[in-house]
Amino acid sequence: MQRIGDAPAVRRALITAAVLLAALFLLLPLAAIFAQAFSQGVGVFWHNISDRYTLAAIGLTLFIAVLTIPICLVFGVALAWLVTRFDFPGRRLLQTLIDIPFAVSPVVAGLIYLLLYGRNGWIGGWLDAHDIQLMFAWPGILMVTVFVTSPFVARELIPLMQAQGSREEEAAVTLGAPGWTIFRLVTLPNIRWALLYGVVLTNARAVGEFGAVSVVSGAIRGQTMTLPLHLEQLYQDYNAVGAFASAALLALIALFTLAAKAGLEWRTARLEVTP
Amino acid sequence: MSSLALRLSRRRVLPGFGLSLGISLTFVSLVLLLPMTGLVGQLKGLSLAEYWAIISDARVVASYTVTIGAAAVAALANAVFGLLLAWVLVRYDFPGKRLLDALMDLPFALPTAVAGITLATLYAGNGWVGGLIEPLGLKVAYTWVGIALAMAFTSIPFVVRTVQPVLEDLPHEVDEAAMTLGASDATGFRRVILPYLWPALVTGTGLAFVRSLGEFGAIIFIAGNAPFETEITALMIFVKLQEYDYAGASAIASVVLAVSLALLLVINIWQGHFIKRLHGGRG
Amino acid sequence: MSIQLTDIAKHFGHTGKGHKGKGSPGQAGGRALEPVNLKIADGELVGLLGPSGSGKTTLLRIIAGLESPDRDPAGRILFGDRDVTDVHVRDRRIGFVFQHYALFRHMTVFDNVAFGLTVLPRRERPSSGEIRARVHRLLEMVQLERFAGRYPAQLSGGQQQRVSLARALALRPDVLLLDEPFGALDAKVRQELRRWLRQLHDELGFTSLFVTHDQEEALELSDRVAVMSHGRIEQIDTPDALYRTPANRFVFEFLGDVNHLEGEVRGGTLTCGEATLAVDLPDGHQELLLRPHEVRLAEAPTPEAQLPVTVTAISPVGAEVRIEVAADWLVEPWLATIRHADYERLALTRGQRLYAIPRHWHRFSAEDTPQRQAITA
Repeated sequence: MQRIGDAPAVRRALITAAVLLAALFLLLPLAAIFAQAFSQGVGVFWHNISDRYTLAAIGLTLFIAVLTIPICLVFGVALAWLVTRFDFPGRRLLQTLIDIPFAVSPVVAGLIYLLLYGRNGWIGGWLDAHDIQLMFAWPGILMVTVFVTSPFVARELIPLMQAQGSREEEAAVTLGAPGWTIFRLVTLPNIRWALLYGVVLTNARAVGEFGAVSVVSGAIRGQTMTLPLHLEQLYQDYNAVGAFASAALLALIALFTLAAKAGLEWRTARLEVTP
Repeated sequence: MSSLALRLSRRRVLPGFGLSLGISLTFVSLVLLLPMTGLVGQLKGLSLAEYWAIISDARVVASYTVTIGAAAVAALANAVFGLLLAWVLVRYDFPGKRLLDALMDLPFALPTAVAGITLATLYAGNGWVGGLIEPLGLKVAYTWVGIALAMAFTSIPFVVRTVQPVLEDLPHEVDEAAMTLGASDATGFRRVILPYLWPALVTGTGLAFVRSLGEFGAIIFIAGNAPFETEITALMIFVKLQEYDYAGASAIASVVLAVSLALLLVINIWQGHFIKRLHGGRG
Repeated sequence: MSIQLTDIAKHFGHTGKGHKGKGSPGQAGGRALEPVNLKIADGELVGLLGPSGSGKTTLLRIIAGLESPDRDPAGRILFGDRDVTDVHVRDRRIGFVFQHYALFRHMTVFDNVAFGLTVLPRRERPSSGEIRARVHRLLEMVQLERFAGRYPAQLSGGQQQRVSLARALALRPDVLLLDEPFGALDAKVRQELRRWLRQLHDELGFTSLFVTHDQEEALELSDRVAVMSHGRIEQIDTPDALYRTPANRFVFEFLGDVNHLEGEVRGGTLTCGEATLAVDLPDGHQELLLRPHEVRLAEAPTPEAQLPVTVTAISPVGAEVRIEVAADWLVEPWLATIRHADYERLALTRGQRLYAIPRHWHRFSAEDTPQRQAITA
């Protein structure tokens, strides 16, 4: 088959250009992370990773991610179910609203939480009076992380569930299945890979969020420092190798995310071929 | 149950309407909307003159210029680069294609702070790339070029991932019709294929631009953050906060927020207009 | 302009996804097209007819230059005296009409038709005034002047296909190739466009080749029809000759309904269950084929033919009445067409028992030498 741009010379030139650009622009930074992290040997890398504050930062980061994922999962599934299975006034508005976190600058996201729940905010004032501190503590980090990651699960599910339609669930209803059974036995098997990828994306962003978290964290070493904040601190302290050791850990999570996506896409493509 | 009755009562045939509505509304109100009131509350404490003074302060205005200028350059560069990548990924087979495809999502998956310190290190005077190009008089780190570079890095997937599916869906007859009518590769691409991709390309570029306006983590390390020169607006907000100037931070944030939301709205409307024309609206 | 193909063949396997890979020898067993030889005279209108997968679209696309033929055997494509085998599609000067129109949806009807003229090299390009005049003449010809400013999405399927035809004709091609041009349209529009294409062809005098799987369309429209199956041209002939003297069993069965009669011949009589028919054939297993109009229905058998059947369905719509009959000795029901007068005279009803009496039958031996015999009854 002949298509526009199929001439061998054009083909070769465009592929070369694309591969070179991608290598320079995307692959080189990735390689640089690991090169820097191991620039003084595995021993120094390991020393940096097992540092007390680094371990604390890893712990807090995982803790936040572990709490964020179920919250986003429940919201994402409920919202996707709502907007793809029912018709009601305000449906489109709701779909637009969930995109807000994509458009809002992370620093602004952190700021609005700080303004509301900080000591000067109308809720924060009340909380302060009752001796509850959310900002500059892990609950604040969790709150802004949930804000920035909230669209991911829903965004993965909605197009898929819209495309699949609700016929299978309706059939299950006519067969007398109760609600949870329908969801568990009919809906879930159809959406599980998209759901899983939504979780992977949520995790990647929850682990890596920087702007919003840096506004509300207070950056107390060993207490409210997530891994990205920790590596920033190390970098500013001219401990580049230490910073890149942490960066390498985060890059590994990113690589896992890419691998998961490629794997899930491959699986979906295979499912489409064999109906 | 007859199929007619099934159709009429479809809205409520499936269970879970109340539950999913409850969860969704609670979440949207508490997580997304309620915090906005904090911003409004803070801004109410400012008079219009004070507000204007903050957002038109020379240093802040300089940050707008830097941010918008760099974001525009980054978005345009990405329009070209993203189109090239999408084209190569869809139209050609070559070894390593799947790897290249997977790599496209790296900027979304990689934490911005990691991207930030990595780019800063690479392009610094003693870095792998900086060491090569600075002797040639090309300075990237600590200039607005570095800011644009960081913005381009974090937003490239927007263009690739919006153009790619549209290009995949383009029927081969479109190419063939153009070729049977004598169009050369360049003419066929410009006059026939590009117009098909245009809505997706503009949307992707627009999203990349919006994302670049708000980007923080990837930029601050490479920017140098010199007042009037390489300060981005997000950093201005951050600086005000560190000075405990909540009112100032809020005022600038309100500008950023308004611009981002307005741009998102414009992109949506523009997209709608195109879809209508191509799918049978009266035009 | 005449078209001549010599030894044009095509393997399966590398037609996919927009790139031409190396031919994989592992798939050498499958050929989309056996080496084809075909000559089409200047000004002729030829139909390529065949079931899906018969290679007809592949052949058309190779002639257009949208696919390349195999290098081995090295086939050649000639337009007149010009060898176009290695000429790129954009330089072959053909008009091509796609099944799904393939109009540029972001261009108006006018811009679609003008496209080919506006992409000509500057030296050959007509002035914009001339382009406008030519496009309007073309739109007039396809009766769509009023729609010049519309977008394709605002037109019906039939209108879109007319635009597509005008677009293909704008460069005054010597050869017009059409890939199932009416396949996506409903029956009535199809009929109308068919007549109109024939008119256009006769008026403008280009050479046309079109692909279809609809036998009626092919027979009605073409000067000659090439019947294809399994990548081969089984027969190419005028519609009349194809129907009357099919070259082989495939052509016979593909062009119209066929009734089968299989049985053992002994001493000049074919026996199949309780049915017998006098035939002038040697002893052994034989299969006879009959067209529906070659079967007469009567209330009594004749000495030559004793074929008892039961009426299972009656369709009185059309010029003739179609009667479906079945019997224990028949594997598949037969179809007979009779005149309305006979239908009324016989007062046919479903379940009625009758006798089928063949007027003619056809036989294709293993070597595919056709044989047609009349039965004197």
